[in-house]
Amino acid sequence: MLLGVGIIRGMHERARVRNSLRIGALFFVIIAGAVALSYSAQSPAQTAPATAASQQAAPQAPPAATPPSSTAATSQTIPPAPPRAGLNIVVLDPAHGGTDPGARGTGGMRESEIVLDFSAQVKRALEAQGFQVLQTRQGDEDPSFDDRSALANAQTGAVFVSLHIASTGLPGTVRVYIYSDLAATADEGGLIPWGRAQAPFEGLSRKMGDLVQGLLAQRFKGSPIVAQTAAVRQLRTTAAPAIAVEVSSVVVEDRAALDQMAPGVADAIATGVAEFRPSYVVPAATGATP
Amino acid sequence: MTARWIRWLVGVLCVAVLVGAIYFPILRRHLERTAKLQQQSAEQARRELTQPITVKPGEPRVMAKLFWASGNGDGSLASAAVELPLSSDPALRAKQVLDTLLAGPVDTDLRTLPPDAVLLAFYLLPDGTGVADFSEALATETPSGIQSEQMAVDSITRTLEADVPKVERLKILIHGQEVETLAGHLDLTGTFLVDTKAALVAPPAAPPATPGSTPKPMAPALDKPVPAPAPPQKPGTGR
Repeated sequence: MLLGVGIIRGMHERARVRNSLRIGALFFVIIAGAVALSYSAQSPAQTAPATAASQQAAPQAPPAATPPSSTAATSQTIPPAPPRAGLNIVVLDPAHGGTDPGARGTGGMRESEIVLDFSAQVKRALEAQGFQVLQTRQGDEDPSFDDRSALANAQTGAVFVSLHIASTGLPGTVRVYIYSDLAATADEGGLIPWGRAQAPFEGLSRKMGDLVQGLLAQRFKGSPIVAQTAAVRQLRTTAAPAIAVEVSSVVVEDRAALDQMAPGVADAIATGVAEFRPSYVVPAATGATP
Repeated sequence: MTARWIRWLVGVLCVAVLVGAIYFPILRRHLERTAKLQQQSAEQARRELTQPITVKPGEPRVMAKLFWASGNGDGSLASAAVELPLSSDPALRAKQVLDTLLAGPVDTDLRTLPPDAVLLAFYLLPDGTGVADFSEALATETPSGIQSEQMAVDSITRTLEADVPKVERLKILIHGQEVETLAGHLDLTGTFLVDTKAALVAPPAAPPATPGSTPKPMAPALDKPVPAPAPPQKPGTGR
């Protein structure tokens, strides 16, 4: 310290001022750096609850006419709706995929793989009935629930069929599910909330589901004769007649037992949708409704 | 740069190092104390939520109706009558019957809920909405599938309807959070309607197992013979 004082006293006045400024600036930088370090080290713990709160507060049900932003990439690939009205398009939804294998059974069976194979046969059967078929996924990927619904919601005169394999249930039976008890609401502009897009279609879904379930019951003994109701998440945001078809189950010892069911399931779905076609009157509502 | 400047620079750097050497251990201790405090808070909240229910000696024993799998393998449920000491407080009563439901029946093949699942808390809102907060095991260990997930929720709603009439709707949370689906299919973003009629027409099922010390199931009062359990199946796992 004494040495420093001696040096400063010997300096020229101008140089002394300049050097003092430089030293002050250096200290300022060091202190500012220490404060910044301290703040950055504490900030994760302090901001985590705020982040969680903001996620919880995020809107979950955008209007059907404006799907969530995550669907933007998908909607670019959605084929344009055909000009003619009435049932012409079937959107097939092989459930799960990607990192979500769905139900897993003996021998490494994965629901996501089986339903993809099923969907190929269902697609052929539907095309034989004259339908245009779109699939929510072609390979081992996992679109979000909203992305899958968006594919159907972008069409005019489409129906939606989601394919599943159960974890439980009587092997060799097939069940059709529809969503129910959604209150039909629309905003001032007549748009259906995205989260309740299925509401106006529950009656049509019931009719299509009963037709397909009846045909499945003829082919697979032990299956119900009418469609069941369940709050299947995938169906809720779909603005079209929509059903989920679940085949029982992955508990079979050999996957061949499931593969043998595929032609019957495909035929029942295609025939049921074809029988449903005359009764599908496209609603004249705006927004997500076709 | 002159030697004098170098000396100044070295001096300043030494001071900076000295400040850092003093400050950073303090900062580290502060961070560790903050992290520990947060961990304790979370643990304290969990303990408060999972405190076991104490049955008061004066609480009357009533015949509760619990819904487990019917054993037909078709997703249907059957009821079993169990004598339990139930509280008159609806929220506490709901937790008591759901704890018994989670404990499962004697025949474990008739379970509808994962054995590791725990009801953390049950709240009853003034509008009749019951909020059941389950542990993560309910979501991770319920077999993935529409039928299996629907059966799990049906067993809860029908049991509540039969034993806690004030519950009109049910909201299911997983570890305090709203989740999109139960195990990949069933929608948990809304509430489930509790169905009175369905609870009244269900046939009885097998007697329950003794679910720990708190709820004490007695010999079941069955209206019909206990249905034969379904052949053992290996439910799939995962989502």
